[in-house]
Amino acid sequence: MHRPPATAPHGDSRRVRRVWHRVLASALASLCLTGPANAADYTALPGGTLLSVLAGDADRNPTPVAAFAMRTTPVTRAEFAAFLRTHPQWRPDQVVQVFADRTYLQDWSDPGGAGQALAQSPVTHVSWFAAQAFCEAEGARLPSWLEWEYAAAADATRTDARSDPQWLAKILGWYARPANTALPAVGGAANVYGVRDLHGLVWEWVDDFNALLVNPDSRSQEDADKLKFCGAGAINLKDRENYAVLMRIALLSSLDATASTSSLGFRCVRVASP
Amino acid sequence: MPSPLEPSPSIGPRRRTLLAAGAGLYLVSSGLPAWAAADTAAPAALPSDSIYQLKLPLVDQDGHSFALDERRGRPMLVSMFYTSCQFVCPMLIEALQATEAKLSPEERTRLSVMMVTFDPAHDSVAALKKTADQRQLDPQHWTLARTEARHVRKLAALLGIQYRAIGNGDFNHTTALILIDAQGRIAGRTAQLGSTDPAFVKLVKAAALAPAS
Repeated sequence: MHRPPATAPHGDSRRVRRVWHRVLASALASLCLTGPANAADYTALPGGTLLSVLAGDADRNPTPVAAFAMRTTPVTRAEFAAFLRTHPQWRPDQVVQVFADRTYLQDWSDPGGAGQALAQSPVTHVSWFAAQAFCEAEGARLPSWLEWEYAAAADATRTDARSDPQWLAKILGWYARPANTALPAVGGAANVYGVRDLHGLVWEWVDDFNALLVNPDSRSQEDADKLKFCGAGAINLKDRENYAVLMRIALLSSLDATASTSSLGFRCVRVASP
Repeated sequence: MPSPLEPSPSIGPRRRTLLAAGAGLYLVSSGLPAWAAADTAAPAALPSDSIYQLKLPLVDQDGHSFALDERRGRPMLVSMFYTSCQFVCPMLIEALQATEAKLSPEERTRLSVMMVTFDPAHDSVAALKKTADQRQLDPQHWTLARTEARHVRKLAALLGIQYRAIGNGDFNHTTALILIDAQGRIAGRTAQLGSTDPAFVKLVKAAALAPAS
Protein backbone atom coordinates (compact mmCIF):
# COMPACT_ATOMS: atom_id res chain seq x y z
CA MET A 1 0.00 0.00 0.00
CA HIS A 2 0.98 3.66 -0.21
CA ARG A 3 2.12 3.85 3.36
CA PRO A 4 3.55 7.31 4.07
CA PRO A 5 6.65 7.46 6.25
CA ALA A 6 5.71 7.38 9.89
CA THR A 7 8.24 10.09 10.62
CA ALA A 8 6.45 12.80 8.64
CA PRO A 9 6.06 16.00 10.67
CA HIS A 10 2.82 16.82 12.42
CA GLY A 11 0.21 18.63 10.37
CA ASP A 12 1.99 18.49 7.02
CA SER A 13 -1.04 19.78 5.21
CA ARG A 14 0.17 19.04 1.70
CA ARG A 15 0.78 15.42 2.54
CA VAL A 16 -2.53 15.18 4.34
CA ARG A 17 -4.22 16.58 1.27
CA ARG A 18 -2.48 14.07 -0.99
CA VAL A 19 -3.47 11.25 1.28
CA TRP A 20 -7.03 12.47 1.28
CA HIS A 21 -7.11 12.61 -2.48
CA ARG A 22 -6.02 9.01 -2.54
CA VAL A 23 -8.68 8.05 -0.01
CA LEU A 24 -11.26 9.87 -2.05
CA ALA A 25 -10.14 8.22 -5.27
CA SER A 26 -10.23 4.77 -3.78
CA ALA A 27 -13.65 5.42 -2.27
CA LEU A 28 -14.99 6.59 -5.60
CA ALA A 29 -13.43 3.66 -7.39
CA SER A 30 -15.00 1.25 -4.98
CA LEU A 31 -18.37 2.92 -5.40
CA CYS A 32 -18.11 2.37 -9.12
CA LEU A 33 -16.98 -1.22 -8.74
CA THR A 34 -19.57 -2.18 -6.18
CA GLY A 35 -22.44 0.00 -7.27
CA PRO A 36 -26.07 -0.89 -6.76
CA ALA A 37 -25.88 -3.68 -9.34
CA ASN A 38 -23.55 -5.62 -7.05
CA ALA A 39 -25.06 -4.52 -3.77
CA ALA A 40 -25.55 -7.32 -1.28
CA ASP A 41 -28.89 -9.03 -1.53
CA TYR A 42 -30.95 -8.85 1.66
CA THR A 43 -34.36 -10.35 2.17
CA ALA A 44 -36.93 -9.34 4.77
CA LEU A 45 -37.94 -11.77 7.51
CA PRO A 46 -41.17 -10.93 9.31
CA GLY A 47 -41.13 -10.85 13.09
CA GLY A 48 -42.37 -13.91 14.94
CA THR A 49 -41.53 -16.18 17.81
CA LEU A 50 -39.09 -19.01 18.23
CA LEU A 51 -38.64 -21.69 20.84
CA SER A 52 -34.86 -21.53 20.81
CA VAL A 53 -32.76 -24.58 21.58
CA LEU A 54 -31.17 -22.29 24.16
CA ALA A 55 -34.44 -21.62 25.96
CA GLY A 56 -33.97 -22.27 29.64
CA ASP A 57 -36.34 -22.80 32.52
CA ALA A 58 -36.87 -19.08 32.82
CA ASP A 59 -38.19 -18.74 29.28
CA ARG A 60 -40.20 -21.80 28.39
CA ASN A 61 -42.41 -19.69 26.17
CA PRO A 62 -41.28 -18.92 22.65
CA THR A 63 -39.04 -15.86 22.43
CA PRO A 64 -40.24 -12.98 20.28
CA VAL A 65 -38.04 -12.14 17.31
CA ALA A 66 -38.38 -8.69 15.75
CA ALA A 67 -38.50 -8.32 11.98
CA PHE A 68 -35.13 -7.98 10.29
CA ALA A 69 -33.48 -8.31 6.88
CA MET A 70 -30.82 -10.94 6.26
CA ARG A 71 -28.24 -11.44 3.54
CA THR A 72 -29.58 -14.18 1.30
CA THR A 73 -26.15 -15.81 1.07
CA PRO A 74 -23.01 -15.92 3.19
CA VAL A 75 -20.38 -13.28 2.37
CA THR A 76 -18.20 -14.51 -0.50
CA ARG A 77 -14.45 -14.31 -0.96
CA ALA A 78 -14.97 -11.77 -3.76
CA GLU A 79 -17.12 -9.59 -1.48
CA PHE A 80 -14.57 -9.77 1.28
CA ALA A 81 -11.75 -8.88 -1.14
CA ALA A 82 -13.73 -5.78 -2.17
CA PHE A 83 -14.06 -4.85 1.50
CA LEU A 84 -10.29 -5.15 1.97
CA ARG A 85 -9.70 -2.71 -0.88
CA THR A 86 -11.65 -0.01 0.97
CA HIS A 87 -10.60 -1.12 4.46
CA PRO A 88 -6.95 -2.10 4.16
CA GLN A 89 -6.55 -2.14 7.92
CA TRP A 90 -8.31 -5.51 7.72
CA ARG A 91 -5.86 -6.99 5.22
CA PRO A 92 -4.12 -9.99 6.73
CA ASP A 93 -0.76 -8.23 6.38
CA GLN A 94 -2.03 -5.15 8.24
CA VAL A 95 -4.62 -6.33 10.73
CA VAL A 96 -3.74 -5.87 14.39
CA GLN A 97 -3.34 -8.90 16.61
CA VAL A 98 -6.07 -7.88 19.00
CA PHE A 99 -8.68 -8.34 16.21
CA ALA A 100 -7.42 -11.42 14.38
CA ASP A 101 -5.01 -14.24 15.11
CA ARG A 102 -2.55 -15.87 12.73
CA THR A 103 -5.18 -18.02 11.07
CA TYR A 104 -6.91 -14.93 9.64
CA LEU A 105 -7.32 -15.34 5.87
CA GLN A 106 -4.45 -17.80 5.94
CA ASP A 107 -5.74 -19.48 2.80
CA TRP A 108 -5.45 -16.29 0.73
CA SER A 109 -2.56 -16.26 -1.70
CA ASP A 110 -2.61 -12.46 -1.96
CA PRO A 111 -3.23 -10.41 1.19
CA GLY A 112 -5.24 -7.88 -0.81
CA GLY A 113 -7.43 -10.62 -2.21
CA ALA A 114 -6.42 -10.11 -5.85
CA GLY A 115 -6.88 -13.04 -8.19
CA GLN A 116 -8.98 -14.92 -5.70
CA ALA A 117 -9.71 -18.47 -6.66
CA LEU A 118 -13.16 -19.64 -5.63
CA ALA A 119 -14.41 -16.05 -5.63
CA GLN A 120 -18.04 -17.08 -5.21
CA SER A 121 -17.33 -19.45 -2.34
CA PRO A 122 -18.06 -18.23 1.17
CA VAL A 123 -15.17 -16.43 2.83
CA THR A 124 -13.85 -18.36 5.82
CA HIS A 125 -10.86 -17.88 8.10
CA VAL A 126 -12.33 -14.57 9.26
CA SER A 127 -12.32 -13.47 12.87
CA TRP A 128 -15.46 -12.27 14.63
CA PHE A 129 -14.04 -8.73 14.73
CA ALA A 130 -13.42 -8.78 10.97
CA ALA A 131 -16.90 -10.13 10.30
CA GLN A 132 -18.38 -7.35 12.45
CA ALA A 133 -16.34 -4.73 10.60
CA PHE A 134 -17.49 -6.04 7.22
CA CYS A 135 -21.13 -5.91 8.26
CA GLU A 136 -20.79 -2.43 9.74
CA ALA A 137 -19.25 -1.24 6.48
CA GLU A 138 -22.46 -2.16 4.68
CA GLY A 139 -24.71 -0.63 7.32
CA ALA A 140 -25.44 -3.97 8.90
CA ARG A 141 -24.33 -6.16 11.81
CA LEU A 142 -23.88 -9.83 12.61
CA PRO A 143 -27.14 -11.59 13.44
CA SER A 144 -27.84 -12.58 17.01
CA TRP A 145 -27.95 -16.32 17.61
CA LEU A 146 -31.72 -16.06 17.95
CA GLU A 147 -32.06 -14.34 14.57
CA TRP A 148 -29.84 -16.92 12.91
CA GLU A 149 -31.70 -19.80 14.52
CA TYR A 150 -35.04 -18.24 13.54
CA ALA A 151 -34.01 -18.00 9.89
CA ALA A 152 -32.42 -21.45 9.94
CA ALA A 153 -35.50 -23.16 11.39
CA ALA A 154 -37.25 -22.76 8.04
CA ASP A 155 -37.22 -25.12 5.09
CA ALA A 156 -38.50 -24.43 1.60
CA THR A 157 -42.15 -24.33 2.63
CA ARG A 158 -42.36 -23.99 6.42
CA THR A 159 -41.08 -21.29 8.78
CA ASP A 160 -40.34 -23.95 11.40
CA ALA A 161 -39.47 -27.37 10.04
CA ARG A 162 -37.60 -28.50 13.12
CA SER A 163 -40.14 -31.09 14.19
CA ASP A 164 -39.69 -32.97 10.90
CA PRO A 165 -37.22 -35.84 11.44
CA GLN A 166 -36.54 -36.11 7.71
CA TRP A 167 -35.51 -32.49 7.50
CA LEU A 168 -33.29 -32.80 10.57
CA ALA A 169 -31.67 -35.89 9.08
CA LYS A 170 -30.99 -34.05 5.84
CA ILE A 171 -29.19 -31.23 7.64
CA LEU A 172 -27.27 -33.65 9.75
CA GLY A 173 -26.13 -35.46 6.62
CA TRP A 174 -24.04 -32.45 5.67
CA TYR A 175 -21.84 -32.85 8.70
CA ALA A 176 -20.75 -36.24 7.42
CA ARG A 177 -19.21 -34.58 4.34
CA PRO A 178 -15.41 -34.52 4.37
CA ALA A 179 -14.10 -31.08 5.30
CA ASN A 180 -10.95 -31.26 3.18
CA THR A 181 -12.63 -30.39 -0.13
CA ALA A 182 -12.94 -26.83 -1.45
CA LEU A 183 -16.12 -25.05 -0.45
CA PRO A 184 -18.73 -24.83 -3.20
CA ALA A 185 -20.09 -21.46 -4.36
CA VAL A 186 -22.91 -19.84 -2.42
CA GLY A 187 -26.42 -20.04 -3.82
CA GLY A 188 -27.99 -23.24 -2.54
CA ALA A 189 -31.75 -23.74 -2.41
CA ALA A 190 -33.71 -20.90 -0.81
CA ASN A 191 -35.80 -21.41 2.29
CA VAL A 192 -39.29 -20.00 2.67
CA TYR A 193 -37.85 -16.53 3.38
CA GLY A 194 -35.50 -16.61 0.39
CA VAL A 195 -32.40 -17.17 2.55
CA ARG A 196 -29.84 -19.67 1.22
CA ASP A 197 -27.03 -21.80 2.58
CA LEU A 198 -27.96 -21.59 6.26
CA HIS A 199 -27.28 -25.29 6.36
CA GLY A 200 -24.94 -27.35 4.29
CA LEU A 201 -22.16 -24.91 3.44
CA VAL A 202 -20.37 -23.24 6.35
CA TRP A 203 -20.73 -22.47 10.03
CA GLU A 204 -21.53 -18.82 10.63
CA TRP A 205 -20.48 -16.26 13.22
CA VAL A 206 -23.22 -14.67 15.28
CA ASP A 207 -22.98 -11.51 17.35
CA ASP A 208 -23.37 -13.28 20.69
CA PHE A 209 -21.24 -16.27 19.70
CA ASN A 210 -19.44 -16.55 23.02
CA ALA A 211 -22.41 -16.40 25.32
CA LEU A 212 -24.46 -19.33 24.15
CA LEU A 213 -23.31 -21.78 26.79
CA VAL A 214 -22.37 -20.23 30.04
CA ASN A 215 -19.99 -22.78 31.46
CA PRO A 216 -19.40 -26.41 30.52
CA ASP A 217 -18.20 -27.13 34.06
CA SER A 218 -21.30 -25.88 35.76
CA ARG A 219 -22.42 -29.28 36.97
CA SER A 220 -19.17 -30.12 38.66
CA GLN A 221 -18.58 -26.74 40.26
CA GLU A 222 -21.92 -25.74 41.66
CA ASP A 223 -20.63 -23.25 44.18
CA ALA A 224 -17.95 -21.76 42.00
CA ASP A 225 -20.52 -21.36 39.27
CA LYS A 226 -22.93 -19.47 41.46
CA LEU A 227 -20.19 -16.99 42.11
CA LYS A 228 -19.21 -16.82 38.50
CA PHE A 229 -22.51 -15.74 37.04
CA CYS A 230 -25.07 -13.12 37.80
CA GLY A 231 -28.74 -13.99 37.54
CA ALA A 232 -30.07 -17.45 36.96
CA GLY A 233 -28.03 -20.61 36.76
CA ALA A 234 -26.93 -22.56 33.76
CA ILE A 235 -28.95 -22.65 30.58
CA ASN A 236 -30.85 -25.86 29.96
CA LEU A 237 -30.78 -26.86 26.37
CA LYS A 238 -34.10 -27.62 24.77
CA ASP A 239 -34.72 -29.80 21.77
CA ARG A 240 -31.84 -32.18 22.24
CA GLU A 241 -32.74 -33.91 18.96
CA ASN A 242 -31.50 -30.97 16.94
CA TYR A 243 -27.89 -32.10 16.90
CA ALA A 244 -26.97 -30.03 13.88
CA VAL A 245 -27.86 -26.80 15.61
CA LEU A 246 -26.38 -27.91 18.92
CA MET A 247 -23.08 -28.61 17.15
CA ARG A 248 -23.03 -25.03 15.93
CA ILE A 249 -23.51 -23.79 19.45
CA ALA A 250 -20.69 -25.98 20.70
CA LEU A 251 -18.37 -24.77 17.94
CA LEU A 252 -19.15 -21.08 18.41
CA SER A 253 -18.81 -21.37 22.17
CA SER A 254 -15.34 -22.82 21.79
CA LEU A 255 -14.00 -19.85 19.83
CA ASP A 256 -12.25 -16.66 20.73
CA ALA A 257 -13.28 -13.49 18.84
CA THR A 258 -9.88 -13.35 17.13
CA ALA A 259 -10.01 -16.98 15.98
CA SER A 260 -11.09 -18.37 12.64
CA THR A 261 -11.50 -21.74 11.00
CA SER A 262 -11.62 -23.07 7.46
CA SER A 263 -15.33 -23.75 7.68
CA LEU A 264 -16.54 -20.69 9.58
CA GLY A 265 -18.00 -17.84 7.53
CA PHE A 266 -20.64 -15.23 8.22
CA ARG A 267 -23.53 -13.23 6.86
CA CYS A 268 -24.99 -9.93 8.02
CA VAL A 269 -28.42 -8.66 9.02
CA ARG A 270 -29.83 -5.16 9.12
CA VAL A 271 -33.05 -3.41 10.01
CA ALA A 272 -35.97 -4.44 7.86
CA SER A 273 -36.71 -1.87 5.15
CA PRO A 274 -40.05 -0.17 5.68
CA MET B 1 -4.62 12.02 21.39
CA PRO B 2 -4.86 11.25 17.68
CA SER B 3 -5.65 7.65 17.05
CA PRO B 4 -4.15 5.63 14.25
CA LEU B 5 -7.48 4.60 12.81
CA GLU B 6 -9.29 7.90 12.80
CA PRO B 7 -8.68 11.25 11.16
CA SER B 8 -6.58 13.52 13.28
CA PRO B 9 -7.97 16.90 14.33
CA SER B 10 -5.60 18.65 11.92
CA ILE B 11 -7.57 17.36 8.93
CA GLY B 12 -10.97 18.04 10.45
CA PRO B 13 -11.98 20.93 8.19
CA ARG B 14 -10.88 18.98 5.16
CA ARG B 15 -12.99 16.09 6.25
CA ARG B 16 -16.04 18.26 6.72
CA THR B 17 -15.63 19.67 3.23
CA LEU B 18 -15.44 16.19 1.81
CA LEU B 19 -18.44 15.04 3.75
CA ALA B 20 -20.41 18.00 2.53
CA ALA B 21 -19.49 17.10 -1.03
CA GLY B 22 -22.08 14.36 -1.18
CA ALA B 23 -23.80 11.70 0.83
CA GLY B 24 -22.34 9.01 -1.42
CA LEU B 25 -18.92 9.73 -0.01
CA TYR B 26 -19.68 8.21 3.36
CA LEU B 27 -17.06 5.61 2.59
CA VAL B 28 -14.46 8.31 3.07
CA SER B 29 -15.19 8.44 6.75
CA SER B 30 -16.18 4.86 7.41
CA GLY B 31 -13.51 3.37 5.22
CA LEU B 32 -10.58 5.44 6.31
CA PRO B 33 -7.46 3.33 5.87
CA ALA B 34 -5.01 3.11 8.71
CA TRP B 35 -2.26 4.81 6.73
CA ALA B 36 -4.30 7.93 6.06
CA ALA B 37 -3.71 9.24 9.56
CA ALA B 38 -0.25 7.77 10.02
CA ASP B 39 1.37 11.21 9.68
CA THR B 40 -0.03 12.31 12.99
CA ALA B 41 -0.07 9.01 14.86
CA ALA B 42 1.01 9.00 18.49
CA PRO B 43 4.76 9.09 19.03
CA ALA B 44 5.05 5.40 19.85
CA ALA B 45 3.00 2.98 17.82
CA LEU B 46 0.20 1.32 19.72
CA PRO B 47 1.01 -2.37 20.28
CA SER B 48 -0.82 -4.72 17.97
CA ASP B 49 -2.29 -6.57 20.95
CA SER B 50 -3.55 -3.44 22.72
CA ILE B 51 -7.25 -3.14 23.56
CA TYR B 52 -6.85 0.55 22.63
CA GLN B 53 -6.91 -0.54 18.99
CA LEU B 54 -10.69 -0.61 19.47
CA LYS B 55 -12.32 2.74 18.82
CA LEU B 56 -14.89 2.68 21.59
CA PRO B 57 -16.94 5.73 22.60
CA LEU B 58 -17.81 5.74 26.30
CA VAL B 59 -19.71 8.00 28.68
CA ASP B 60 -18.90 8.11 32.39
CA GLN B 61 -21.11 8.49 35.47
CA ASP B 62 -20.87 12.28 35.22
CA GLY B 63 -21.98 12.32 31.60
CA HIS B 64 -18.51 13.01 30.17
CA SER B 65 -17.85 11.41 26.79
CA PHE B 66 -14.45 9.85 26.22
CA ALA B 67 -12.81 7.27 24.01
CA LEU B 68 -11.42 4.05 25.43
CA ASP B 69 -7.94 4.85 24.11
CA GLU B 70 -7.81 8.06 26.15
CA ARG B 71 -6.91 5.73 29.00
CA ARG B 72 -3.62 4.98 27.31
CA GLY B 73 -0.58 5.90 29.38
CA ARG B 74 -1.82 4.69 32.74
CA PRO B 75 -2.53 1.12 33.86
CA MET B 76 -6.14 0.29 34.59
CA LEU B 77 -8.25 -2.30 36.34
CA VAL B 78 -11.30 -3.04 34.26
CA SER B 79 -14.42 -5.15 34.60
CA MET B 80 -17.94 -5.34 33.25
CA PHE B 81 -21.17 -5.30 35.25
CA TYR B 82 -24.73 -3.94 35.29
CA THR B 83 -26.28 -1.83 37.99
CA SER B 84 -29.43 -3.88 38.63
CA CYS B 85 -27.36 -6.99 39.33
CA GLN B 86 -28.03 -7.98 42.92
CA PHE B 87 -25.47 -10.61 43.73
CA VAL B 88 -22.20 -10.88 41.88
CA CYS B 89 -21.76 -7.31 40.70
CA PRO B 90 -21.65 -5.78 44.22
CA MET B 91 -19.02 -8.42 44.97
CA LEU B 92 -17.10 -7.36 41.88
CA ILE B 93 -16.99 -3.77 43.10
CA GLU B 94 -15.87 -4.99 46.52
CA ALA B 95 -13.16 -7.13 44.95
CA LEU B 96 -11.86 -4.16 42.97
CA GLN B 97 -11.92 -2.00 46.10
CA ALA B 98 -10.15 -4.71 48.09
CA THR B 99 -7.48 -4.98 45.39
CA GLU B 100 -7.03 -1.20 45.48
CA ALA B 101 -6.77 -1.33 49.26
CA LYS B 102 -3.71 -3.57 48.94
CA LEU B 103 -1.87 -0.84 47.05
CA SER B 104 0.29 1.91 48.47
CA PRO B 105 -1.09 5.45 48.06
CA GLU B 106 1.47 6.05 45.31
CA GLU B 107 0.51 2.87 43.46
CA ARG B 108 -3.14 3.82 43.78
CA THR B 109 -2.68 7.23 42.19
CA ARG B 110 -1.06 5.58 39.18
CA LEU B 111 -3.95 3.25 38.53
CA SER B 112 -7.50 3.85 37.38
CA VAL B 113 -10.48 1.55 37.76
CA MET B 114 -13.23 1.27 35.18
CA MET B 115 -16.40 -0.80 35.04
CA VAL B 116 -18.46 -0.85 31.86
CA THR B 117 -22.10 -1.90 31.85
CA PHE B 118 -23.50 -4.80 29.83
CA ASP B 119 -26.87 -3.10 29.95
CA PRO B 120 -26.82 0.33 28.26
CA ALA B 121 -30.59 0.10 27.74
CA HIS B 122 -31.16 0.40 31.48
CA ASP B 123 -27.91 1.83 32.76
CA SER B 124 -28.24 5.50 31.98
CA VAL B 125 -25.68 8.01 33.18
CA ALA B 126 -28.00 8.66 36.13
CA ALA B 127 -28.09 4.96 37.02
CA LEU B 128 -24.30 4.78 36.89
CA LYS B 129 -24.05 7.92 39.02
CA LYS B 130 -26.42 6.46 41.58
CA THR B 131 -24.35 3.29 41.91
CA ALA B 132 -21.10 5.28 42.10
CA ASP B 133 -22.56 7.39 44.92
CA GLN B 134 -24.09 4.47 46.77
CA ARG B 135 -20.85 2.54 46.64
CA GLN B 136 -18.85 5.67 47.49
CA LEU B 137 -16.51 5.14 44.56
CA ASP B 138 -13.65 7.65 44.51
CA PRO B 139 -14.25 9.74 41.37
CA GLN B 140 -10.50 10.42 41.16
CA HIS B 141 -9.82 6.79 40.28
CA TRP B 142 -13.13 5.18 39.45
CA THR B 143 -15.21 5.32 36.33
CA LEU B 144 -18.51 3.60 35.74
CA ALA B 145 -19.16 3.81 32.02
CA ARG B 146 -21.63 2.93 29.31
CA THR B 147 -21.29 2.58 25.56
CA GLU B 148 -23.73 1.99 22.73
CA ALA B 149 -25.36 -1.44 22.69
CA ARG B 150 -23.63 -2.34 19.42
CA HIS B 151 -20.21 -1.86 21.02
CA VAL B 152 -20.71 -3.73 24.28
CA ARG B 153 -19.90 -7.16 22.91
CA LYS B 154 -16.76 -5.91 21.18
CA LEU B 155 -15.34 -4.76 24.48
CA ALA B 156 -16.45 -7.98 26.17
CA ALA B 157 -14.81 -10.01 23.40
CA LEU B 158 -11.55 -8.09 23.78
CA LEU B 159 -11.59 -8.68 27.51
CA GLY B 160 -12.64 -12.33 27.23
CA ILE B 161 -15.84 -11.72 29.15
CA GLN B 162 -18.94 -13.72 28.22
CA TYR B 163 -22.44 -12.43 28.84
CA ARG B 164 -25.96 -13.16 27.78
CA ALA B 165 -29.22 -11.36 28.49
CA ILE B 166 -31.59 -13.86 30.07
CA GLY B 167 -34.84 -12.06 29.49
CA ASN B 168 -35.93 -10.78 32.89
CA GLY B 169 -33.52 -7.85 32.95
CA ASP B 170 -30.70 -10.04 34.22
CA PHE B 171 -27.55 -11.14 32.50
CA ASN B 172 -25.51 -14.27 32.83
CA HIS B 173 -21.91 -13.21 32.68
CA THR B 174 -18.47 -14.38 33.57
CA THR B 175 -16.73 -12.54 36.34
CA ALA B 176 -13.32 -11.07 35.68
CA LEU B 177 -11.06 -8.43 37.13
CA ILE B 178 -8.67 -7.53 34.36
CA LEU B 179 -5.41 -5.61 34.57
CA ILE B 180 -4.60 -3.49 31.51
CA ASP B 181 -1.09 -2.08 31.22
CA ALA B 182 -0.34 1.49 30.16
CA GLN B 183 -0.31 0.48 26.50
CA GLY B 184 -3.58 -1.41 26.67
CA ARG B 185 -2.29 -4.95 26.85
CA ILE B 186 -3.98 -7.43 29.16
CA ALA B 187 -1.41 -7.96 31.89
CA GLY B 188 -3.37 -10.12 34.29
CA ARG B 189 -6.80 -11.34 35.27
CA THR B 190 -8.56 -13.04 38.12
CA ALA B 191 -12.03 -14.40 38.75
CA GLN B 192 -11.53 -14.49 42.50
CA LEU B 193 -14.16 -12.70 44.53
CA GLY B 194 -14.63 -12.56 48.29
CA SER B 195 -10.93 -12.17 49.06
CA THR B 196 -8.11 -10.62 47.08
CA ASP B 197 -6.08 -12.82 44.77
CA PRO B 198 -2.44 -12.40 45.93
CA ALA B 199 -0.96 -13.26 42.53
CA PHE B 200 -3.20 -10.68 40.88
CA VAL B 201 -2.36 -8.00 43.47
CA LYS B 202 1.31 -8.62 42.74
CA LEU B 203 0.73 -8.03 39.03
CA VAL B 204 -1.27 -4.88 39.75
CA LYS B 205 1.51 -3.47 41.94
CA ALA B 206 4.11 -4.21 39.28
CA ALA B 207 1.99 -2.54 36.58
CA ALA B 208 1.33 0.52 38.75
CA LEU B 209 5.04 1.11 39.25
CA ALA B 210 6.11 0.29 35.70
CA PRO B 211 7.24 3.21 33.54
CA ALA B 212 4.47 4.26 31.17
CA SER B 213 5.83 2.87 27.92
